[in-house]
Amino acid sequence: MAYAAGVDVGSTQTKAVIVDEQRVIVARALTETGANVIRAAERAFAESLQDAGLREEEVEFVVGTGYGRYKVTFGNTQVTEISCHGRGAVHMFPGTRTVIDMGGQDTKAIRVSATGEIIDFCMNDKCAAGTGRFLGAAAAALDIPLDQLGPTALAGERPVKISTTCTVFAESEVLSWLGKGKKIEDILLGVHQSIASRSVGLLRRVGIEDEVTFTGGVAKNGAMIAALTARLTTAPNVSEDSHYMGALGAALFALDHIVAHRAPARTGGAA
Amino acid sequence: MSAFTAGIDVGSTYTKAVLLRPDGEIAGRAMEPTGFRLAEVAERAFGAALRQAGASSGDVGYVIATVFGRHQVEIADLQITDLTAAARGAAFFFPGTRTILDIGGQTMKASRIGEDRKVKSFRLNDKCAAGTGAFLEKTARYMGYGTAEIGPLAATSKEAIPISGVCAVFAESEVINHLSQGVSPADIMHGAIVSLVGRSVQLMKRVRMEPEFTLIGGILRFERMAGVIREQLGTEVNVPPGEMVQFVSALGAAVLGRQRLAQPEQRAVVEAAE
Repeated sequence: MAYAAGVDVGSTQTKAVIVDEQRVIVARALTETGANVIRAAERAFAESLQDAGLREEEVEFVVGTGYGRYKVTFGNTQVTEISCHGRGAVHMFPGTRTVIDMGGQDTKAIRVSATGEIIDFCMNDKCAAGTGRFLGAAAAALDIPLDQLGPTALAGERPVKISTTCTVFAESEVLSWLGKGKKIEDILLGVHQSIASRSVGLLRRVGIEDEVTFTGGVAKNGAMIAALTARLTTAPNVSEDSHYMGALGAALFALDHIVAHRAPARTGGAA
Repeated sequence: MSAFTAGIDVGSTYTKAVLLRPDGEIAGRAMEPTGFRLAEVAERAFGAALRQAGASSGDVGYVIATVFGRHQVEIADLQITDLTAAARGAAFFFPGTRTILDIGGQTMKASRIGEDRKVKSFRLNDKCAAGTGAFLEKTARYMGYGTAEIGPLAATSKEAIPISGVCAVFAESEVINHLSQGVSPADIMHGAIVSLVGRSVQLMKRVRMEPEFTLIGGILRFERMAGVIREQLGTEVNVPPGEMVQFVSALGAAVLGRQRLAQPEQRAVVEAAE
């Protein structure tokens, strides 16, 4: 049995996925990227090996992706995160034509073909507005854990209108709403809606074609799913593994390589 | 005219109050972190300025509020825009001022003023922290320094390290990278200042800047700022003395208050006295 791995070194978290020859995920691992990017990649890979009960030499090919993909020193090659997210999303949801990926520091809108090839993409790489960091700033300002943001916002009824674009200023705007006596639930609902609106704006720039698949760490947030759904014609696909979509795509590219590398050898043997 | 006048500048980060004596000299000033209760902080700053001047609110004939929280100041007789206040305040120190650059905690404003001290053109940035004092504060914080340490830290730099300055959030990874490569925090801070100044020069170009240049706002407390602006503009710039850089808009409001008090019959006299 051959195994392939993908390691997605994101700005905030590093993810690793191992797939078998049937393209089934056999292991996943997640770790904070921190300051030492090389170590984060090694750690995620080691943890995924442990999760699968595999030895390193059993994994034939490793693809690095994400902003730190060139720091995956044990990786055999690198593929951009745009390609990997597209590939992963189409693998999980074959009907996917548009992908919205919300990560820690960037949000990407990607349009893909039926075979998972990238047709167009758009990302906010100049500014942290509308990314996971915007949620992080709100969480820090209100002193609530990141995983409680979604559930809290879902309890909101009268969302405030967040007027700031900049993530840095959002922190003070959140506090000023609190100072005006607004409920945390309503403030957070407003924050989610503001990010969802920006993301849909990004999606429009690449053209929204159903089905839309929502990936990245923020896809675990129920309030964000609801806010996006309210702004799209249909609810986006969300997988339990949304967080791992980039790493999964990378692992599938790695598996491609193993298969492609083997085919001519077999032909050669038969000749 | 026998009354004091007051100017209260309710800024995004700090609230400043300046009290002028009947003869037009500065009698007192005070500064408070703005927080979220704008009416209260305005009164607190006003009260502190009164105490410093040894005056009581009964001595004050006219109060003008300015900047972002001006409409929440219940004690004010009048509200004026930041640009008008800055123009008056800058002219108090430097009558030849034609271009004003005002950099605060969350805003950057460039304006061109005429000989009549009226605003002819202005541009502002309040959408993106990378063009405001918040950029320097964030950069300092990523390195473990507080706002008060920015000035002294940057002053020790020998060479500015280029910082892209595109986004105050993204700057974090850039700063961490530089630190891990052994770059000194002083040179990183200096680089952040160079980057911020680059943005401010762009803003000034858009108002068609002309000399004299007067720099105001809390960020000008950091000495390196004025130096880098001089370098990038290639010309001399005016900076109000010491701590007064932060009080220019409040002062301008108080100056305009004197004029209002004198109106209508004494208006000409005040204009001449200025």
